[in-house]
Amino acid sequence: MRFKDVFSIIGPAMVGPSSSHTAGAARIGRLARQLFGAMPARADVIFYGSFAATYIGHGTYSAIVGGLLDMETDDIRLPDSLRIAAEAGILVEVQTGKGLFPHPNTAELRLYREHEEEPSFTIVGTSIGGGNIEIVSVDGFKVKLTGQYPTLVIWHTDSPGMIAEVTRLLQEEGINIGYMSVDRKNRSGQAMMAIETDQAISAELLEKLNGYPGIQAIRLVK
Amino acid sequence: MNFRTLKELAEKAEQSGLSIGRYMVQEQSQESGKAPEEEFAQMASYFEVMKEAVRRGLTEDTTSPSGLTGQDAKRVMAYRDKRASLLGEDASLAMAYALAVSEVNASMGRIIATPTAGSCGIIPGVLISCQERFGWSDEQMVEGLFAAGAIGYVIANNSFVSGAEGGCQAEVGSAIGMAAGALADLRGASPAQAVHAVGLALKNSLGLVCDPVGGLVEVPCIVRNGFGAVTALAAADMALAGVRSVIPSDEVVQVMLEVGTAMPESLRETAKGGLAQTPTGRKIMKELLEK
Repeated sequence: MRFKDVFSIIGPAMVGPSSSHTAGAARIGRLARQLFGAMPARADVIFYGSFAATYIGHGTYSAIVGGLLDMETDDIRLPDSLRIAAEAGILVEVQTGKGLFPHPNTAELRLYREHEEEPSFTIVGTSIGGGNIEIVSVDGFKVKLTGQYPTLVIWHTDSPGMIAEVTRLLQEEGINIGYMSVDRKNRSGQAMMAIETDQAISAELLEKLNGYPGIQAIRLVK
Repeated sequence: MNFRTLKELAEKAEQSGLSIGRYMVQEQSQESGKAPEEEFAQMASYFEVMKEAVRRGLTEDTTSPSGLTGQDAKRVMAYRDKRASLLGEDASLAMAYALAVSEVNASMGRIIATPTAGSCGIIPGVLISCQERFGWSDEQMVEGLFAAGAIGYVIANNSFVSGAEGGCQAEVGSAIGMAAGALADLRGASPAQAVHAVGLALKNSLGLVCDPVGGLVEVPCIVRNGFGAVTALAAADMALAGVRSVIPSDEVVQVMLEVGTAMPESLRETAKGGLAQTPTGRKIMKELLEK
């Protein structure tokens, strides 16, 4: 089901004018920031489809930047986010993209840390209506994340037992997985697990996972 | 959720002896793992935001940043107060409230997406005006929102609720269907009757394109919310009178999917066709870009 519950239909509380082009864009930006794990020093924003055609009128650009600044959909500072980002010294550039894209409302974010020449993180998000989103790609790995559940994203080596180990540690804490995907760049190469859970994930569990051989990086979205 | 279609929703509510709204509170609680009271409180807080948006739209300056829209809710209220409305007091109140919330949205105020921001006026417009008319409690109104949400959940998962995917029928059309069903539910219709209200309403907006002038959620979105509130009242009335949707409501939802999928991209929230590309629409867009 693309839409999970009653509040994906009635809601979110938001600042206008568009749920898909403003609230959804803000949520894509915010989830990107949470998965990036920090405030980016620079962000390239690429809009596709209807986003590219109407982002000025709908305030999509300021909404997605507001999300990067950790603002929620009903934050009254959203319309003002470009100025706030500039004051915080964050460099933001917007482009419109062409070619194949997964949904009429698609945004790609390329995020940079301090002193980086190349982006160290890319994310592609789609805004599917009523403020609901789906992140469809993280660092080029295919995922399908809604941001509505506790979310664990793990960068790891493609090798036997990785999935079993991660799911065993979750099971030990009584954590149920609602959605999970695994994708890899190549055999025995770089891989990513993306997991949405029903229960919160503790700091201790995160530490256990962090120490596991073959895991390069973990991000938790609460 | 334990239902995927409107038919299943009506059957499950009927079997449990509950209205659609009360049944949905239980379903939501089961889905989230939270207590029903907690879910109810969340929705109640949304209802407060809706009431505040109506109030702001009728009392504060709602001129949008583009300057294209604003103050129309006040115009309709002033006209209504002269007792001149052709629609009558009740329907014109619903219309004014719907315009008020939509104008607050366009002027970047706080609203609740129902199911979207572009269609955020219809459900509050209809529910809040009827609350005043019938003396319903806030608890009943929150149940009404759960009913609207249950109906929207089926529409969204079987079709769409975004203009970019399915045109205005998916946004304003869905909101009218949700409002009509919720209203019938609140007025004591059987769940099956309430579902007929949804189908009757949806049929009236099939094919409605999303053609926002300048890409703004203003023209024609705001007036379509006003019209939508009136249509929702009409659809609920028909269902309560015993009129049935001959094509079952679930099949109408499938038609919305089919029609929206066939709609060209220019009429799906790209401002590349329809009202947005009229001579005046183009002129407005040009002026906005020069601002």
